[in-house]
Amino acid sequence: MSNEKRGLGRIFMNGVLTENPTFRLVLGTCPTLAVTTSAINGLGMGAAATFVLLGSNMAISALRKVIPDKVRIPAFIVIICTFVTIIQLLMQAFLPSLYESLGIFIPLIVVNCIILARAEAFASKNPVLDSAVDGLGMGAGFTLALTLIGSIRELVGNGSIFGISLLGASYQPMLLIILPAGGFLVFGSLLGIINAIGNKRKKGAKA
Amino acid sequence: MSLILSPAPHVRTKNTTQRLMLNVVISLLPCAAAGIYYFGLRAAIVLAVSVVSAVLAELVWQKLAHQTVRINDFSAVVTGLLLGLCITPSAPWWMVMIGAFFAIIVVKQLFGGIGDNFLNPALTARAVLLASWPALMTTHCTPFDAVTSATPLMTGEASTMQLLLGDVPGAIGETCKVAILLGFVYLLVTQTIRWEIPVFTVAAAALLSWALGLDPLTTVLSGGLLFGAVYMATDYVTSPLNRWAQIVYAIGIGVIVVIIRKFGAYPEGVTYAILLMNIAAPLLDRVMPQKIYGCRKARKEAK
Repeated sequence: MSNEKRGLGRIFMNGVLTENPTFRLVLGTCPTLAVTTSAINGLGMGAAATFVLLGSNMAISALRKVIPDKVRIPAFIVIICTFVTIIQLLMQAFLPSLYESLGIFIPLIVVNCIILARAEAFASKNPVLDSAVDGLGMGAGFTLALTLIGSIRELVGNGSIFGISLLGASYQPMLLIILPAGGFLVFGSLLGIINAIGNKRKKGAKA
Repeated sequence: MSLILSPAPHVRTKNTTQRLMLNVVISLLPCAAAGIYYFGLRAAIVLAVSVVSAVLAELVWQKLAHQTVRINDFSAVVTGLLLGLCITPSAPWWMVMIGAFFAIIVVKQLFGGIGDNFLNPALTARAVLLASWPALMTTHCTPFDAVTSATPLMTGEASTMQLLLGDVPGAIGETCKVAILLGFVYLLVTQTIRWEIPVFTVAAAALLSWALGLDPLTTVLSGGLLFGAVYMATDYVTSPLNRWAQIVYAIGIGVIVVIIRKFGAYPEGVTYAILLMNIAAPLLDRVMPQKIYGCRKARKEAK
């Protein structure tokens, strides 16, 4: 029992750290760059993607012996679309302002490569519980990364995090960081810092 | 007579990086002097902050990254001076500082340091500042009395003589055309730059503006066209190597400037024109590769 638990914990942490979809696998960069203009947008996008990941991973894992190998991609996409439609309608009903600000990127979760990658690489080969934990872990990693990028961009470009002003009224926000170019700058810098930390650790482990 | 056996190179030029950069600094002095004369102490402070921050950024970065500290090659001084000269004299000190840090650390050092940046650092920093604080960057002031005013590019009110001498609102170093031409001559005499890029840039801009029914003289003398053509477009690292590629590059800049000024939302387009052609420079180098001295084209082998 405890062994199994550790296995699930490892699957979860794999998504959050070891194979963080944003910073280690560099998947799903389109929503990463486009919606992270504020912390709340990053969190909302991450949560929506997590919901879809959880649902699609479980459904695909449950159906993995039924889906013929040759048509598995269309089948996966149909399943993913179902969950995206669910989250889209839910957000439109209960979080209209977030729905407005994320706009086209909610339906575009369908083509988010993290979700298809997890379906292909994990859910179609593993049992339902493992797949659910993998979906949650990957979703958590994606959400953390997006919220981090969103917080930095909101802080520099607007002087606030989650809409709470932190730097005072005299702060002159650096608009560039909220513009698309700023997304690339912040994402690239974080990627570089995380790679540098990873390389240092590897060196330390070898020595 | 003693015979010395040594590997090539046998002949060395005296044109070190330091010497070339120093030439650029000297050629920029008339522009800086004119800027300080017209805009007073504020311009001097902007220039000083810009140069000091650029050199400091280079020093700190190279120390932190355990690289050889090479601030004495003057390239950071040139970047800082160019940045200070291409922004408005009313710019606050912290904005100038952020610009200089961005130019050196993000544009230059993160891409590998001197010789490896794919964009002109000073100009990229200017574009970043313009995108970040558009209001502060476009608040110009009139010479001497420092009344806030728009540039002649927006109002269209300035005589040719005023434009030539620099008695107009604008960035610190770009207004006085006489000083720029003086610097240009110095750079040519010392063989620091070749004439093709500045001349073709200005000629293309003049020709296109004439074809579009604008006054070519005003086009050339207003805004930062001359300053950009002489000091920014001729950057060794970000311009093509081959002479013909350089001419295409220069014409591209001139054409884009006029297109942005005439049809774009911005009154001035020199910054974006040069940055766009900077990005195109490696492509031009590939299409028109530099002929290496002593090399012959390899004959196509029969299949």
